[in-house]
Amino acid sequence: MPTLVSHPDEVKVLSRRFGQGAADIDKYLELDGYKAVQKAIAQGPENMAAWIIDTMKASGLRGRGGAGFPTGLKWSFVPKQSDKPKYVLVNGDESEPGTCKDHVLFLHDPHAVIEGTMIAGLAIGSKLGFIYLRGEYRYLLKIVEKAVADAYAKGFLGKNIFGSGIDFDIITQTGAGAYEVGEESALMESLEGKRGVPRIKPPFPAVVGLYGGPTVINNAETIASAPHILLMGGEAYAKLGSERNGGTRLFGISGHVERPGIYELPMGYNLKKAIYEVAGGIKDGKKLKAVVPGGSSCPVLLPEEIDVGLDFDQMGKAGTMLGSGGIVVLDETVSIVEFAMRVISFYQHESCGWCIPCREGTDWIKKTLTRVYAGGGVKKDIDSVQYLAENMMGRTFCPLGDAAAMPTLGFVKKFRKEFEDYIEGHKAGTPVITVQDLVGAH
Amino acid sequence: MSEVANTIFSPELAARFDHLVTIYPMRRSALVPMLLYAQDEIGYVSEAVITEIAQRIGLLELDVRNVLSYYSMLRTKPAGKYNVQVCTNISCMLRGGYEILDHCKAKLGIGHKGVTPDGVFSLEEVECIGACCWAPAMQVNYDFHENLTPAKVDEILETYRNGQGKDVK
Amino acid sequence: MPDVTLTVDGKKITAPAGTLLIDACKSAGIEIPAFCYYPGLSLQAACRMCVVRIEKIGKLQTACTTTVAEGMIVHTETAEIAQSRKAMLQFVLANHPLDCPVCDAGGECELQDMTFKYGAADSFFTEPKNHREEQQWSPAVYFDRPRCILCYRCVRVCGEGMDVFALGIQNRNSASVIAPNVPADISPDHAAHLDCEQCGMCIDVCPVGALTSGTYRYKTRPWEMNHVSTICTHCGDGCKTTLGVRSTSDGSEIVRGDNRDKSGINGDFLCNKGRYSFDFANSDDRITHPLVRQSNGELKPVSWEEAFDHIGKRFRELRDTRGGRSMGVIGGNRLTNEEAYLLQKFARTVLGTNNIDHHRTADYAAFAQALAGQADRTASLRDTLKAPAILLVGGDPTNQAPGTAWNIRTNVRQNRARLYVVNSSEIKLRRQAKAFVRLAPFGYDSFAAFLTGDDAAASGAVSDTNALSAFRDTIKAEENLLIVIGSELRGAELKKLIDFGLTIPGAKFALLGGYANSRGAADMGLLPDLLPGYTPIADTNSFVEYNAPAEPGLDMLEIFDAAGRGELSALYVVNSNPVARYSVDPAALKNTFVVVQEMFLTETAALADVILPAANLYEKSGSVTNSYGDLQQVRKAGDRAGVRTDFEMIVRIADKMGADVRKLVPFGKGLRADMGQSRGAQSGEADRHAVWLTANNLEPKLSPFDPYAILDEIQRLVPGYNLLRLQLLSGNDQHLQPAASGLVQINTRRDLVLPANDALFTSGTLGRYSASMNDLRQHQEGQKSAQLSETAAD
Ligand SMILES: Cc1cc2nc3c(=O)[nH]c(=O)nc-3n(C[C@H](O)[C@H](O)[C@H](O)COP(=O)(O)O)c2cc1C
Ligand code: SF4
Ligand code: FES
Repeated sequence: MPTLVSHPDEVKVLSRRFGQGAADIDKYLELDGYKAVQKAIAQGPENMAAWIIDTMKASGLRGRGGAGFPTGLKWSFVPKQSDKPKYVLVNGDESEPGTCKDHVLFLHDPHAVIEGTMIAGLAIGSKLGFIYLRGEYRYLLKIVEKAVADAYAKGFLGKNIFGSGIDFDIITQTGAGAYEVGEESALMESLEGKRGVPRIKPPFPAVVGLYGGPTVINNAETIASAPHILLMGGEAYAKLGSERNGGTRLFGISGHVERPGIYELPMGYNLKKAIYEVAGGIKDGKKLKAVVPGGSSCPVLLPEEIDVGLDFDQMGKAGTMLGSGGIVVLDETVSIVEFAMRVISFYQHESCGWCIPCREGTDWIKKTLTRVYAGGGVKKDIDSVQYLAENMMGRTFCPLGDAAAMPTLGFVKKFRKEFEDYIEGHKAGTPVITVQDLVGAH
Repeated sequence: MSEVANTIFSPELAARFDHLVTIYPMRRSALVPMLLYAQDEIGYVSEAVITEIAQRIGLLELDVRNVLSYYSMLRTKPAGKYNVQVCTNISCMLRGGYEILDHCKAKLGIGHKGVTPDGVFSLEEVECIGACCWAPAMQVNYDFHENLTPAKVDEILETYRNGQGKDVK
Repeated sequence: MPDVTLTVDGKKITAPAGTLLIDACKSAGIEIPAFCYYPGLSLQAACRMCVVRIEKIGKLQTACTTTVAEGMIVHTETAEIAQSRKAMLQFVLANHPLDCPVCDAGGECELQDMTFKYGAADSFFTEPKNHREEQQWSPAVYFDRPRCILCYRCVRVCGEGMDVFALGIQNRNSASVIAPNVPADISPDHAAHLDCEQCGMCIDVCPVGALTSGTYRYKTRPWEMNHVSTICTHCGDGCKTTLGVRSTSDGSEIVRGDNRDKSGINGDFLCNKGRYSFDFANSDDRITHPLVRQSNGELKPVSWEEAFDHIGKRFRELRDTRGGRSMGVIGGNRLTNEEAYLLQKFARTVLGTNNIDHHRTADYAAFAQALAGQADRTASLRDTLKAPAILLVGGDPTNQAPGTAWNIRTNVRQNRARLYVVNSSEIKLRRQAKAFVRLAPFGYDSFAAFLTGDDAAASGAVSDTNALSAFRDTIKAEENLLIVIGSELRGAELKKLIDFGLTIPGAKFALLGGYANSRGAADMGLLPDLLPGYTPIADTNSFVEYNAPAEPGLDMLEIFDAAGRGELSALYVVNSNPVARYSVDPAALKNTFVVVQEMFLTETAALADVILPAANLYEKSGSVTNSYGDLQQVRKAGDRAGVRTDFEMIVRIADKMGADVRKLVPFGKGLRADMGQSRGAQSGEADRHAVWLTANNLEPKLSPFDPYAILDEIQRLVPGYNLLRLQLLSGNDQHLQPAASGLVQINTRRDLVLPANDALFTSGTLGRYSASMNDLRQHQEGQKSAQLSETAAD
């Protein structure tokens, strides 16, 4: 069972019920559970949707799945009238390396996700929500399934929820191993029983989504934030965070730190502080070499670049991304060559294979870096890797291609010298390792 | 009675499948979970599984194969009773994921995707399993094991070998 | 849709709103490269070749998924775009083998062309390419996996276009592969296979050489062939096909059939027969010498002169001693119009008999009669692609007229055409149908009667008569309905159905026949009771110059009955196998002088006294008329030493009989020559000759063996054949309306229709001589029995 950590700088909104047994519905109710959805319903059928959306807009909440799109705005894109049923889809596919925040959320507060799903449903006029968990999270799926069943048993889900006259159902769903299925349109394909290949956009999910109906898709953490926001008010929530980045978020700090774990910090919290104070600094007193700030897709930061606020805008300005909030810390012992190879291996393995640049680009960068790491590199390889990555950027069918290219470019640009030295050092040498082979999905 | 006469699944699973295909706006939505649940029971996605699931949903077998081959957790060959999946992705790698993998290889005497001769264990190197903050981590079937050390791995494997390990399904 | 105006590469262009940018550009002459885009199939945006820069948008956009918008400013060829495309090619070429010199697609490869254009030939990869093994999926389809660039065209054309869904995509990332529907694991020979219609459309759409055909693989290079555009000989759809031919020591051999010229009535489509089953022409079993039966019963090769002398002498003798009415003539379904016309004219004017018939595969006489006096009521095959609603009664186009089926499916998919299917079997097209009525066996007559208002007839057609009522109401509410009729319906029931259809405004009709020129055989009067254009024998006005007997002749069955009674002195069979078709007792012909023009020693030829080796439809020029009445030109592609066209042989026999050839074929009347184009691959000489003649103020005249010499007469005499020669000779199809005049009592005419009922892997007698067709049939039967044994084992 994942260990819980805490730090005085934390601002516990989402995590306030963690460790208190709130997976149990009665406990959840004790801790203000299902109050937000009732508060929304109390606004009356006319005002409810607008009130929810306005509150969400005021909260400044931005999507926690990675892209940071303003949630209230996203919900407002769903057309009021629609011939086809509308859906809420909760993205619990959490597969970005370095990210395990939804894991604890499902474990400790599954009802918050359920309540959030109901709220999103009320906001857009949907009667059916899906909570999709990655296949590896089977034990969490059971927790969520039980929570859903308990909510049905109490009459919170199903017909006429909280006397509103509105019906709302939730179906839980599991994936079966595919990072790309976290991409919103690929997730819909998967949920429709197909290969997890993304869809052509536009149309966007808010207009044509699951089963062709308008669909709101959000990350599980985004969704779980909604009840808290409705209870505390949008402005109050917004104030917790930084400019244009409302509230708090669950940051996962992993790698070479003394106290790895999930910490709920206000948006805009200083990255350096997060590493050195919240997570207890670099493990075993070593020196910091680099930080991958928001999951493996984000370009790496050098030690001198980490004095920056953890929000979407400040990280963007720093040339990287806030991403999924998974901060991975690398100490001085890490070989960037090996690290870069491991990162691209992941994207190669997870590329859905649909489009040429991603399918072939990840494959050939991986092959090249593998050879370099094994000691067979030449300097030109660094240029080749950069060329390949540059030609993937912005040209792939979905953002996975970018997600593979961006960190790769970060590594070869910021650590070019290390690559050169590595190649130089291993010129005549025998391969340092036998490289694990992940070719193919199977 | 199951919808499918002569089902290859247990009565419980067959009943679950009968229900599962009805809950979605589209029958086909049940495909991915069904494949996974079928694998959990049969051990892998066999030809017979493909045939029955295609029949239950009303798909071509080709369709089932197209989908099945996309997802990395689905396999068409039997694995060990306990499938040991060691994460070596970045957070785990930084905290010794490869040592854990190597340790498992040595301990079990098999490599990536190998199965021990007695069929008790199989080993797989996997991508990030969402346990980065408790790295290094692995899953045995669906059960998570975190903050691993080689000694801890030995203990865990031993518990499974003795048939006392948790088997989340 | 209203037009929008946009600027592409500085040029203002307009296109209807909703048009894809890639199509709008193409119409304006701006070609945007693409691998995965294929008009009419679902959009993929996978290859990223079609990227363009649209002003005010951050990233390059794919032209294949962007729809045009007012005021859009687009750049399609900038340095940035060229670099992006070059990189895509480098990505693809990283894994693509550079075996162009031996690849079937070399010279016709889209990847090759683009690499040439964007200069991505320099490879900087040192790692080995991902290995993938080559597979033979069927006798027709080979998959060279390493060459595949994953454009998914094949998967889509098979699923969306063919409704077969035999191809899929498996695995993911760079391990992704196109896979057929019979995986190696469950295949008896442990190799992956295709269980499908074997149409080869996947090969056709493949932009590279990943999918290649068993018949063409490693045979030759594209530039070593001549490409002749002609018409497929197999079914009644009459698809346009391009035959690749190459010279051999004894003529020119057809090595490939495909559909590179997509202008035909079949659009993108060609089925397995059109694509592979030209190979009967190259068969070793072909007869290449005239054969005359000796007194000892053996067939002996003789010279052409000897054969013609012999036939001419015997025919003349028998006509003069026993009378023309003791002679019978049977023509084929794969003769050109000119040959069919000539044959009946020969019978009627030289032999002096109306004893002439052909294997009737559909009741075109009744069809023409039912539509007599109507204008614009017959449909072209092209209409199946555009009609807003289609009623298909009888027939099974998927198997019998695949081009029709393709068009109907396309129409339903792209235009949401409403398809109504009425059949006594669960034919596959019901899957596209809005409504399907399953008739009782032989329920067509009751159904037709019910449509015309005989409510009591409903119970003879179906069990659920209420549903049938509702169905009739729906059909009646349609306008511009296209009624496609299977050959099961004939005579009175056909007329009833057409009478009903005529009450629907704008309704059009088509009757599906069996072979390339089944319709032409009927139109040209290979019938005992009807002159060309379904003109009753009694109507002596139009064909007064024939001076033919005024009495109807013997039909197919009567001819053989007469033979059995010893009353048939001679039988002249041109490209037909009635002995097998009608199970004629060979003994019936023992007192008849039998002359057969054939390619093979068929059951009929085996009984002949003289066999003349005949050319087939791929070896001659002329015109054919498909089931729908679409007239098209056939052009000579193959050539085989030792064979002659039926046209030439008929003329020679007439000549040897002492007939006035000038009257039979008006070659000498000084008409303008269509020299040159009509001769196909070997064209040229006549053309040059004509130029020379004209230049010297001499009048070009045609040879009596030139089929076009008789075209003027057909045009002049045959009602409905007022064709446009220019249209014909430029290889364009034109729709002809039969214009039956005068009345034949449909009800009292004998029903001699014997539907061809060919399926995908048969084609009458001819099919037996196509090795590729037989291989495919066996392959498909093998797949079926493997599946059966698999289920049996469960
Ligand atoms: C390759 C890829 C993988 C993704 N994986 C996830 C994921 O595992 N979980 C998630 O919530 N969002 C993931 N996303 C982002 C989703 O596409 C989508 O933006 C998100 O679910 C929207 O929710 P939000 O607005 O609440 O962030 C992924 C995106 C890409 C391109
Ligand atoms: S970028 Fe292309 S290949 Fe990669 S995951 Fe997205 S669609 Fe698939
Ligand atoms: S044609 Fe547009 S991406 Fe392939």
